[in-house]
Amino acid sequence: MKTETLVQPFASVGDKLFDAAASAGQFAVFLSRLLGELFPGLRYQRLIFEQARFIGIQSLPVVFLTSLFVGGVAALQTAYQMSGTMPLIWVGTVVSKSVFIELGPVLTALVVGARVSSSFAAEIGTMRVTEQIDAMETLAVRPIRYLAVPRLVAALVMLPVITIIANTIAILGGMAVAVLRVGISLHLFNRGMRLLFDSQDVYGGLIKSFVFGVIIAVQGCFYGFQASGGAEGVGIATTKAVVASCVMILVMDYFLAEVVFRLIFPA
Amino acid sequence: MIEIRDLHKGFGSQRVLRGVNLDIHDGETIVVLGRSGTGKSVLLKLIIALLRPDRGSIVVDGLDVNTLNYDDLGQLRKRIGMLFQMAALFDSMTVAENVGLGLRESRSLSEEQIAAVVAEKLGLVGLSGTEDKKPSELSGGMRKRVGLARAVAMNPDYILYDEPTTGLDPITARQINILIRELQAKLQVTSIVVTHDLHSAYQVGDRLCLLHEGRIYFTGTPEDMQASEDLVVRQFARGEAEGPMTNGILEPVRRGAAGVRGR
Repeated sequence: MKTETLVQPFASVGDKLFDAAASAGQFAVFLSRLLGELFPGLRYQRLIFEQARFIGIQSLPVVFLTSLFVGGVAALQTAYQMSGTMPLIWVGTVVSKSVFIELGPVLTALVVGARVSSSFAAEIGTMRVTEQIDAMETLAVRPIRYLAVPRLVAALVMLPVITIIANTIAILGGMAVAVLRVGISLHLFNRGMRLLFDSQDVYGGLIKSFVFGVIIAVQGCFYGFQASGGAEGVGIATTKAVVASCVMILVMDYFLAEVVFRLIFPA
Repeated sequence: MIEIRDLHKGFGSQRVLRGVNLDIHDGETIVVLGRSGTGKSVLLKLIIALLRPDRGSIVVDGLDVNTLNYDDLGQLRKRIGMLFQMAALFDSMTVAENVGLGLRESRSLSEEQIAAVVAEKLGLVGLSGTEDKKPSELSGGMRKRVGLARAVAMNPDYILYDEPTTGLDPITARQINILIRELQAKLQVTSIVVTHDLHSAYQVGDRLCLLHEGRIYFTGTPEDMQASEDLVVRQFARGEAEGPMTNGILEPVRRGAAGVRGR
């Protein structure tokens, strides 16, 4: 066997590691520039409002639909699992706890993240490959300040707002299913909700959604700025942005659970 | 004045520029000619520091563009306007917002003053009244003219043109060439035009230079180029398919054609 053939798998792994390290370095540089431009970028208020409208108001229909069904399925599954073993007053408790702590923030972030990070990556990526970002530089306009900061600020403000709305709709969905399908009275569901209610669950969930907002905006913008090579490059950037956002949200959810519910709000 | 010394730039294993030396004098219009892929646009992007060279220097009015920090580079860029090959208009903005973006960003003018400058510059390129249109509503020639209005909006000392007539019909291309000459006369700027369009080069250039094999192979007036006996310059000036610039490039095609005929 030739030496070249033996070395090939190691070279391939080496290339992948090198690419990963280069990508991590580029991400670190992007992040540091973004943080450096954060305060000067706050002056683009019109752009921040435009992005807030896109992230918040235009996401409402899809958030409404998913939250309604998430709350509904939470109530249905809880009642199914408990039937015959536990009193159904716990349905309201489980639905509210799971919505406020996990389902509301995480599923909202995944739904909004897929929509928003793909849009950011596609828009900025198209600007990159059609030289619009170069044109911005020649006009002494800083692209990260002008394009990324308004998106980041809008996302980190709007994600908690949408999460509050999503939580409310999910609870209403759960309540409707519990009353109409499971046969629990509204009074019993409400009592169950209040039984172990802790406002820290709500605050913890909102802290998570704030971080998820940052992840969505940063990933979308980063991959947009990295786009190269025309339409194919924009497509690749968009896919990478969505995958990275969703994976990062789920990974960070674990670490946030450790930090938020063990250190900041310990039981 | 722009002084380019021993400029090298490569992408991966491909060495595009291999020691470019060029002086661009104040007030002149210099045309950089060369075949596609010879690094003409790369040269422009190096001048305005959108790319960094591997080696060499570019000095604009005594400032080495590669040693400037981001703020100083921003100040220098305000004195250099650039027209991109596909105009690179911001498609989420109106024509007025495109032309006025640099002015608005510099925060030295009121909104009324910006609107007046935008109207003036659009008038200069013959597009008065198009302020509220979106780039998608404009033809290719109009987009280039808006790009030109945007490039001159901050009254630059230098204008860089990247293939200003590419993709345009002959009449619109000629109009753009006339516009470049008119702007040159009105604004007294130094212009660097990158093109492979010889008609355009002869029409707008005070001086032409030919980029070949990563270096400036020839510089001279349009008349010098037309009269040159050098085989490389002559091949380019006459647009001949065969010659030293395309050494053996047609051989595989010919062999293929002969093979097909022989079957």
